[in-house]
Amino acid sequence: MRGTKRWGIAAAAALSVGLGALSAQAADTIKVGVLHSLSGTMAISETTLKDTVLMMVDEVNKNGGLLGKQVEAVVVDPASNWPLFAEKARELLASEDVAVVFGCWTSVSRKSVLPVFEELNGLLFYPVQYEGEESSRNVFYTGAAPNQQAIPAVEYLMSEDGGGVERWVLAGTDYVYPRTTNKILEAFLKSKGVKDEDIMINYTPFGHADWQTIVADIKSFASAGKKTAVVSTINGDANVPFYKELANQGIKAEDIPVVAFSVGEEELAGIDTSNLVGHLAAWNYFQSVDTPENEQFIEQWHAFIKDDSRVTNDPMEATYIGFKMWTQAVLQAGTTDVDAVRQAMYGQVVRSPSGYDIVMNTNHHLSKPVMIGEIQPDGQFETVWQTDGPIKAAAWSPYIPESAKLTADWTYPWVCGNCERPKYAN
Amino acid sequence: MQSPDRHRRTHPLLLLFAIVAVLAGFLHGSPARADRLEELAGKLAAGSFSQRAETAEAIAAFGDTRATPMLEALSAGELYARKDDGRPVLVERAGDGYSLTDPLSGESLGEAGRRDVEKIKVNNRVRGAVSDALTALRLFSPDRNVRMSAAAEAATSPSETMLAALRRAAEAETDPAVRERIGASLAVSSLHSGTPEQRLAAIGELSGSLSNTVRNALRDLAADPDTDAEVRQAAEAAFAGIERKRSLIELGLNLFQGVSLGSVLLLAAIGLAITFGVMGVINMAHGEMIMIGAYATFVVQELFRTFLPPELFGLYLPTALPVAFCAAAALGIAIERGVIRWLYGRPLETLLATWGVSLILQQLVRSIFGAPNKQVANPDWMTGGFEIVGGYVLTYNRLYIILFCFAVFAAVVLVLRYTPFGLHMRAVTQNRSMARTMGINSDRIDALTFGLGSGIAGIGGVALSQIGNVSPNLGQLYIVDSFMVVVFGGVGNLAGTLVGAMTLGIVNKFLEPVAGAVLGKVVVLVLIILFIQRRPRGLFALKGRAAES
Repeated sequence: MRGTKRWGIAAAAALSVGLGALSAQAADTIKVGVLHSLSGTMAISETTLKDTVLMMVDEVNKNGGLLGKQVEAVVVDPASNWPLFAEKARELLASEDVAVVFGCWTSVSRKSVLPVFEELNGLLFYPVQYEGEESSRNVFYTGAAPNQQAIPAVEYLMSEDGGGVERWVLAGTDYVYPRTTNKILEAFLKSKGVKDEDIMINYTPFGHADWQTIVADIKSFASAGKKTAVVSTINGDANVPFYKELANQGIKAEDIPVVAFSVGEEELAGIDTSNLVGHLAAWNYFQSVDTPENEQFIEQWHAFIKDDSRVTNDPMEATYIGFKMWTQAVLQAGTTDVDAVRQAMYGQVVRSPSGYDIVMNTNHHLSKPVMIGEIQPDGQFETVWQTDGPIKAAAWSPYIPESAKLTADWTYPWVCGNCERPKYAN
Repeated sequence: MQSPDRHRRTHPLLLLFAIVAVLAGFLHGSPARADRLEELAGKLAAGSFSQRAETAEAIAAFGDTRATPMLEALSAGELYARKDDGRPVLVERAGDGYSLTDPLSGESLGEAGRRDVEKIKVNNRVRGAVSDALTALRLFSPDRNVRMSAAAEAATSPSETMLAALRRAAEAETDPAVRERIGASLAVSSLHSGTPEQRLAAIGELSGSLSNTVRNALRDLAADPDTDAEVRQAAEAAFAGIERKRSLIELGLNLFQGVSLGSVLLLAAIGLAITFGVMGVINMAHGEMIMIGAYATFVVQELFRTFLPPELFGLYLPTALPVAFCAAAALGIAIERGVIRWLYGRPLETLLATWGVSLILQQLVRSIFGAPNKQVANPDWMTGGFEIVGGYVLTYNRLYIILFCFAVFAAVVLVLRYTPFGLHMRAVTQNRSMARTMGINSDRIDALTFGLGSGIAGIGGVALSQIGNVSPNLGQLYIVDSFMVVVFGGVGNLAGTLVGAMTLGIVNKFLEPVAGAVLGKVVVLVLIILFIQRRPRGLFALKGRAAES
């Protein structure tokens, strides 16, 4: 019988794997750590990334594993608790002995694990757009830096096509990512001749629910006769009541467009978007991108998650790119040793679902295309502007004077993430 | 009054305009002009967004109402263009391809494959221009009422093209009422140009307006050194008047927002006022009862979507109320019977045990429904808002929640005051052993009281699902605020809870514009701590023997 035969093969395979493990000193699997919140305020966004890593692991194993070994995902839950991120990272690196970690969403969680990865020489792939101003030897940043997201979005809104915006509201959640991004944006806007009185900055706590006053303030700020836009770095589930209040107070995208950096397809799945048509988001990928690579990516996701209504988004694409690059680098290095893999990472190329060849640079950031999309009634984005091709991430923003001097380059002669001159110059 | 007189004077001219209008209408039909419109339409698909917006403006300036359906389709993203000649078409699915119709004439253009046509992309810039263009076109609609509303709408976005369209419409208009409306909308434009007398007249006409455009036009006029002093002074006075009115309205709006926040706090806290305030149980799982109510709303919504026709969808919310109440009440009774009744008189253990229950409930909901937020749609009657004056909006969902919150509060007070169950409940909480000697089954009353408090928290969840997120963490957002309201208002006193919630809401909303959302919260918390130091029993302290125990 066929069933029995298949079981027989499986048993034989298991036995041989078992014997192999007995005979070899090394572990029989390659362990991959997954450090995403599965509970708490960030679970809404991060759970999907955990599933994306599991999908990639599944794919590698179906194709015969890596370096002849099976890949095993070790999933931990840091519960949206920033100090717990550091503890869980230590657990993954020290006791689970993982080869690499895919994880973190908020910048505060990344800052929390950074010392652990540097101390234990681990490898972290960070898949979310962030504020830049950082380059660690132990982290590969596969999301966008400000020059790949925030700056182009603001430039678009300033352009004639974008509506010629002259007055700006910078609204964000009160933590490191919005504060740094807004600092860069403020410097950028001023360099473009925007006056102080035409910039309004507003911060709200995580999970802020009552947006009446702030939306009314935005309305009255916008009533001065100059075209006004809102740049939103509001994070997590505070976005839902924010957008509801916007729609209810009758703010239309034609009058006051809101461009968001943390709102993607997944976040919109919890909102009725029929009143939000035209509000914008800037990312490096949209589910609506029409490429054969993307079609395949979405198909793979639906097959894995067994639900055709689930959406894909930019951080998932960044996770996909990061995982592919890591497996390529491991194959090239022939080992999962962190130092060898790091060297192999530079110049690694992956064809992304967005339809471009994405390259890892020596500053540990990617070159990616920038896309600006408008929300559609079906909860998807329609691209209204995009760069001609991938642009290289700048880890240090040229618009902040003290960081404009710094260079991130982890190859000879620099070998440094934040230096003014090369370490090994003669 | 001046206008009828002026109207009489212009009467012969009006006749002339009517003739011109008829002639213009005749010209519309002439082949030369029709070609022009088609030519313009052909340009829609090409070029950048800005060029597309300019084409839409040119079509509007053309004043031919045949363009209306085409522009409406363009704005909705439903206008396509043939790839070979760029001609705009309306499409309808037909088998594997599309059947095409001409958007101007409505005649069929045969069929095309899916790759032969391309959607004409629009963005905010184009949508804005198209919506202005549609307003301008409606100024020439054959329907008098449509023209009337278009003339009013035109005043809110008086761009140069809009003013040009208004002027042309004023010439063509025959209905005196619509003419007057158009004249009023044109007043803004005569602020910038015209003789000082005309300007003064325009300022007089506009001084009651609250529109942003008018305010900004007056502000610019008052600051313009080239205008003569009299006009400048009048503009300044009118501007100051508008500002005064606006600040009054803003004050009122702020008060409304404060009451609205207060009512949200009250809804979250009424249930706790019963379980904590009346029974003295520190129930850390109170927030989860709210969450259960919100998820019950979600389930009812999904059932309505699946099994009932869409026109009944708006009724899901009233239906969800009893469902949420029963679900949360049943759970509350189970928790009371299962856990809390063993811990009466031991607050610390109760606190820890109910905290554990809250974690279990959160994880349970996360396992059943998943971690991502669930979408609870606002029914139509709760979407949007109504404009009180010039751009100031009261949103419907907030209005309904304020009304709903007072209704719930009244119902609770009535139940406690005037029902046998309320009497028994008060008796048990004031003096348990005495109540028992009088033949009251105190165990049953305990369970029912806890059920009532939980059920009301569930109802609160229904309302809160309309303004915020429905996620497993929903309860965590409200638990601290709820305790704050009950403690501040005075434990064991429903009126205190009401006053406490409203005070906190209003203070919060008046602090927020000054201190910002983050600091505002901190300030409120500090104020409450100081207040509790002075009055440990809260705003309304219970007096008498019940308070001593």
